[in-house]
Amino acid sequence: MGKLNFFVRRTAQLVVTLWAVATALFMLFRLMPGDPTSYIVSPQMTPEVRQRIIESYGLNDPLWVQYLRYIENLATLDLGRSFNTNSEVSEILATYLPNTLVLMLSAFVLAYAVGVTLGVLTGWYRGSRFEKSTVVTALVGRSIPSFWVGILVIWVFGATFGVIPLSGMTSIGTEPEGFVDMVTSLDFLHHLVAPMLVLAFYYMGYPLLIMRNSMLETLSEDFIDICRAKGLSERAIMFRHAARNAMLPVLTAAAIAVGFAIGGSVLIETVFGWPGIGREMIRAVMRRDYPVAQGTFLVLALSVVLMNFVADLLYGVLDPRVTYE
Amino acid sequence: MSQKHERSIFADVEEYESDEEFSAWRRNLRLWRSTLSEQWRLLTDDSLVVAAMAILGGFILLAFVAPVVAPHDPLERMYTESGLIAKWIEPSFLGGEGDFLLGTTAQGYDIFSQLVYGARPALLVGFVAAVMTVGIGTMVGLTAGYYGGYVDDFLMRLVDFVYGLPLLPTVIVLVTVLGAGLDSIILAFVLLQWRTSARVIRALVLSLRERAFVKAARVSGASNWRILSRHIAPNVLPMAFLYGAFAIAWAILTEAGVSFLGLGDPNSVSWGVMLQGARVYSAMTEGTWWWFVPPGVCIALVVISGFLIGRGYEEIVNPELQVEQ
Repeated sequence: MGKLNFFVRRTAQLVVTLWAVATALFMLFRLMPGDPTSYIVSPQMTPEVRQRIIESYGLNDPLWVQYLRYIENLATLDLGRSFNTNSEVSEILATYLPNTLVLMLSAFVLAYAVGVTLGVLTGWYRGSRFEKSTVVTALVGRSIPSFWVGILVIWVFGATFGVIPLSGMTSIGTEPEGFVDMVTSLDFLHHLVAPMLVLAFYYMGYPLLIMRNSMLETLSEDFIDICRAKGLSERAIMFRHAARNAMLPVLTAAAIAVGFAIGGSVLIETVFGWPGIGREMIRAVMRRDYPVAQGTFLVLALSVVLMNFVADLLYGVLDPRVTYE
Repeated sequence: MSQKHERSIFADVEEYESDEEFSAWRRNLRLWRSTLSEQWRLLTDDSLVVAAMAILGGFILLAFVAPVVAPHDPLERMYTESGLIAKWIEPSFLGGEGDFLLGTTAQGYDIFSQLVYGARPALLVGFVAAVMTVGIGTMVGLTAGYYGGYVDDFLMRLVDFVYGLPLLPTVIVLVTVLGAGLDSIILAFVLLQWRTSARVIRALVLSLRERAFVKAARVSGASNWRILSRHIAPNVLPMAFLYGAFAIAWAILTEAGVSFLGLGDPNSVSWGVMLQGARVYSAMTEGTWWWFVPPGVCIALVVISGFLIGRGYEEIVNPELQVEQ
């Protein structure tokens, strides 16, 4: 019983959820309108050639055979080949996923650093003008469509002042040798700034509001009075005592917020022409490139499910008061 | 007709049944009216909430009278006096040719008319999706929380599963399967978003189930249906309304995002579709801000109103959040 039991049960639940997501996805993609074969076999081909290609993709087998093969392939991380370019889906994912991760993680770290700090301050200075305006700004930040902010930024800073590139991740002509080389180049950072800031502004409101609420609760507890009685400075009470105790909900919310973050990054990647996994998914959906659309979607869903799992485990590790009943 | 009939619906009705028999529905009506008027008064105390209601009301009115306000059909091509398609015309207040309040698009559509008609899909999606989302979520939450056991286990695993799906990518996939259109967007949104209210309502029902008035009702022989509909449901309604207000905002944002990605209804014009057009024709580099700034402002205003009304209501439902003066 206890922690180990909880861990085992939660892991089993994780596996079942992943299976359910994969199955639902299989059924959905088979329902999609349009004949997938029409995208890979040209009508000018002889019927025999066409048949051979369809067979090589396994599209003529009964649905349950396709399903079993699909699950088997997923388990061995074989996601098939793109209908469009014939390259391995796992290769496509490996190309685009790091780009998405760099953008999302940098925005996430920035948003949580600023959001949590502002949350601490707004919780502390409750009722002040500063608090009111910050909270309203946070609400506005969550209400304005992030892709529209992206459009405005491109218009003002890209087109009018010309200080940021209009689109893409690297300039045409620069050919970085490998991922690390690209990420550390100035050109890349120049392209990263705008989408990262827009995303960070969008992510920021959530940790800010949660941290503020959590601070309000913590500040009403007795140990804060003791800290004051001890004569600790305001800063020490605020950050070293209150904020540390108020962090827990923010950390677990952060893991779950990745789910929302993914939606936001799909839009931002499209606006800024960022070659990430979200933009690739949209393009695959538009082209009816099932394997790629399926693979990108699975990666996005996997990250949400995994982060929910992490959040649940984190909760028990960080808060010893949590019991496993 | 003593004082005690003035109590809110959230108290137990049967508790103070008077000896004089007056019809149940009249008593109910009175309770509802007094509760709603009390909440309305609290809600309109906050000037921000009043402003939000005025904005939302304005847009609702605009959606109804769109054909009267808009000078043209949103998808009617405009022509200049010399018979050419009136593309990229500047707004009339900037000295643009013709009489287009906000100019025309790259395809020669009147931007102001598109903006006015754009209120329709936004509000339609917002309200229909919110009612359906919260309706389903409340039903599931009530059932799971009240019956417990296997029913609860099954429904909550279902909720867990749905939580494993990232909102926007799933909506995109569903919309592609079901075909582009407002109904697809609404359905896809509802299929995912009922999860939030289901979880919250279930938690609420779990605690209500143990309260004395429910136990009293059970002891006195009330059926499950009666307990659920008369004793528990009225108590979860405020929470359902609250999640409804937030769902309106989320649904409108989702519709805008999906349309912006090019998966919206091809036969109607929404604010998201306008922004997509502006991006596809690079209106940002052309600097024609009158094309892409107004739709974003409209989306933001409606969504902010939804969030503000939700937050205002949250403070009534959950008095702990109220700022002590």
